[in-house]
Amino acid sequence: MKLTVNGTAHEVDAPPDMPLLWVLRDLIGLTGTKFGCGMAQCGACTVHLDGTPMRSCITPAAAAADRSVTTIEGLSADGSHPVQRAWAELDVVQCGYCQSGQIMSAVALLAANAKPSDADIDAALSGNLCRCGTYQRIRAAVHRAAELSKA
Amino acid sequence: MNDLSNASRRRFLKAGAAVVGGGLVIAFTVPLAKRFAGGGEAAPAAPAAAPAANAFLRVGSDDSVTVLIAHSEMGQGIWTALPMLIAEELDADWSRVRVEHAPAAPVYAHTVFGMQMTGGSSSTWSEFERYRQAGATARALLVQAAAKQWGVNPADCRVENGIVSSGSHSARFGELAEAANALPAPDKVALKEPKDWKLIGKATKRLDTPEKITGRATFGMDVKFDGLLTAVVARPPVFGGTVKSYDAAKAKAVPGVRSVVQVPSGIAVVADHFWAARQGREALSVEWDLGPNAALDTAALQAEFQRLADTPGLAAAKAGDPAQAMKQAARQLQADYSVPYLAHAPMEPLNATVRIGPDRCEIWAGTQFQTLDQMVAAQITGLKPEQVQIHTTFLGGGFGRRATPTSDFVSEAVHVAKAAGQPVKTVWTREDDVRGGYYRPAYLHRVHIGVDDKGLPLAWQHAVVGQSILVGTPMEPMMVKDGVDATSVEGVVDSPYLKGIGAHRVEIHSPKTGIPVLWWRSVGHSHTAFVMEGLVDELALAAKQDPVEYRRALLKDHPRHLGVLNLAAEKAGWATPPPKGRARGVAVHESFGSIIAQVAEVSAQDGRIRVHRVTCAVDCGIAVNPIGIAAQMESGVAFGLGAALHSRLDFREGRVQQSNFHDYVVLRLDEMPQVDVHIVPSTEKPGGVGEPGTPPVAPAVANAVAALTGKRLRELPLRLA
Repeated sequence: MKLTVNGTAHEVDAPPDMPLLWVLRDLIGLTGTKFGCGMAQCGACTVHLDGTPMRSCITPAAAAADRSVTTIEGLSADGSHPVQRAWAELDVVQCGYCQSGQIMSAVALLAANAKPSDADIDAALSGNLCRCGTYQRIRAAVHRAAELSKA
Repeated sequence: MNDLSNASRRRFLKAGAAVVGGGLVIAFTVPLAKRFAGGGEAAPAAPAAAPAANAFLRVGSDDSVTVLIAHSEMGQGIWTALPMLIAEELDADWSRVRVEHAPAAPVYAHTVFGMQMTGGSSSTWSEFERYRQAGATARALLVQAAAKQWGVNPADCRVENGIVSSGSHSARFGELAEAANALPAPDKVALKEPKDWKLIGKATKRLDTPEKITGRATFGMDVKFDGLLTAVVARPPVFGGTVKSYDAAKAKAVPGVRSVVQVPSGIAVVADHFWAARQGREALSVEWDLGPNAALDTAALQAEFQRLADTPGLAAAKAGDPAQAMKQAARQLQADYSVPYLAHAPMEPLNATVRIGPDRCEIWAGTQFQTLDQMVAAQITGLKPEQVQIHTTFLGGGFGRRATPTSDFVSEAVHVAKAAGQPVKTVWTREDDVRGGYYRPAYLHRVHIGVDDKGLPLAWQHAVVGQSILVGTPMEPMMVKDGVDATSVEGVVDSPYLKGIGAHRVEIHSPKTGIPVLWWRSVGHSHTAFVMEGLVDELALAAKQDPVEYRRALLKDHPRHLGVLNLAAEKAGWATPPPKGRARGVAVHESFGSIIAQVAEVSAQDGRIRVHRVTCAVDCGIAVNPIGIAAQMESGVAFGLGAALHSRLDFREGRVQQSNFHDYVVLRLDEMPQVDVHIVPSTEKPGGVGEPGTPPVAPAVANAVAALTGKRLRELPLRLA
């Protein structure tokens, strides 16, 4: 099966029903995308398929064939994406495990809505759990990222 | 209160060079752990101090300062706070500070608990002296080296931003490291006066952000190397169950499955990757002997707790004659409060990676309990503890779950790697995690209070029913006294309210149920704050008094409690009415050496409680990193609020009914209130901050709901309808 991840083509030997998450993590070696629940309940595994946020833990690898997959590693080489900069500026992370998914969801939100309201953020990111409770800073960081993206 | 070890008893050792560019290596040992915080009992002797030195910091010839942290970073921010302590005394260039988890070794034993571990919100206060001493010692050596080189008096040297200078001379740390390393460590170093602190007390951003926003951070789950296999374990559906028989034929037929092995906890399917292992487990056929707990049932447990509450228990605290005093009461209040079993559910499911060689066992894990993991792994492999090497990774949340006295998830992984004869990462699914035990125990509190004609309590009888988390563990001798597990009643027996009541009695019942239980963020305070602050609120309302005013009267001899209470009330606008349709509730609670007051502002619609705002005042003594403290308060509120509004575990026919985040419900972003944190300026020694933010939120919300609806909710999770 052919997959394009962060612009790089990969040929992987995976059963078609193997979730994209495990193809990324265990076959390609991109561990930035996280396993949290395995049933699209926590959002830790969020990646983009042709720019659309998807829960990779329930997305069969076959569904990603011939499409463009973007993971946290593909967002920027050095953490310079506006969302990452906003996250750093507001000291959002704690344990950090959910943050790849949070950031990927936030990037997708901002791509669709350049100036989201609190309600927009709640709607777009409530599928991303954080047990450390960084939610307040996530909200603020999404607003900040919107400003940084404009600049 | 926290009893810091006596710094003068510490021996400082300087290790050999040969580390990172011939850098300066500072290490030191603590001869004995003195006491357990809170308990007051003597702790057992710490493991003998290792003669071999391990480093707490390294100064590289590239000017980098690498701090080795003896505790595990699980989100609480010690990856930043501990380096701040060293950099403060070292006068290091903060931008050159790097951080690593220390290996597992006796030298890294907790200064109070005597073993290498992270818990009890203790990392910052327990290291407050040790890490500053390390920084000051390194600074003294660098200054000596410079002074010698320049032929000047060390007292005429100054240090700033990683540069030592004197008159026209100046040298960077990296240039001095090797010479400094050849010098004998000073017997004694002076620490800075607080007025000279530049870093301590300054809002300092996290050092682990860059790797955590780019996906580069390595959690246990992310460990990989050539030849590493992944295992998923089929465990019994009921606690205490065992394998009767199994058929692995279909599992072995799954492509990618390498082996199926039996381990003490169940049957492990070992495969090339997680997905094959999980598919293999699905295909596995196991017949279980369910054991003695196959009838476990929440309703039956509750009935048993109710029955026990009316029988005499062990006395955990007593003063005067409450039965006699009760007769003088103008009014009486009788109430039952209860809380359910809870899972920690950290975002990173449990996992551990193990590679066993002929004379070495290597473990990669996000663990809070390195010393116990090391001991248990040594027993399983037949190696010596020092032959077990632990690589602590970042923890994808801990909340207590990664500090198991049985070393459950690490020891299981050692068994799997041993049985498979290959390096294996054992991974739990979310369902395994939610159903895997080690829960915050359910508790029932039955309380009978008598008040005088002013509504002030004069008699207090209190029964606490719930499993002990410590009986049967290596901590039992330290923290269970005369059958009373201190963690079951903390927050009650040491309550400032109770201390002011001449006649009180607290009794404890610790039934055994077969359910594995454990500390859960804030431990006993996770239920006792809900009970005590709910009861005091009930007394205030019954006395027709303002809840803040009423608490002020009861806390008049507790200035730090009053300080946070007044600050939270002021910042929340307690004196002004809340917005229409909302009400406020307050709670104040001390835990882990810090005192927190919170005011919650809530509304309710269609039976659903909505928390809009939580104003939090914290007195944690010296505030080492204010930005980290604020983060931990926000975090504690979110963690406690999810439990207050939603989370519960139930048992039926021995089985845990919940399994994943769809039915084990925790807080999501759309329910996150605005949390405003206010830190009380203080010169008291630092207290904990990781846990104390959690206990007050449930009672603050319940008290607000009572103010809003007139309905007193005495059970968690809170339910209006």
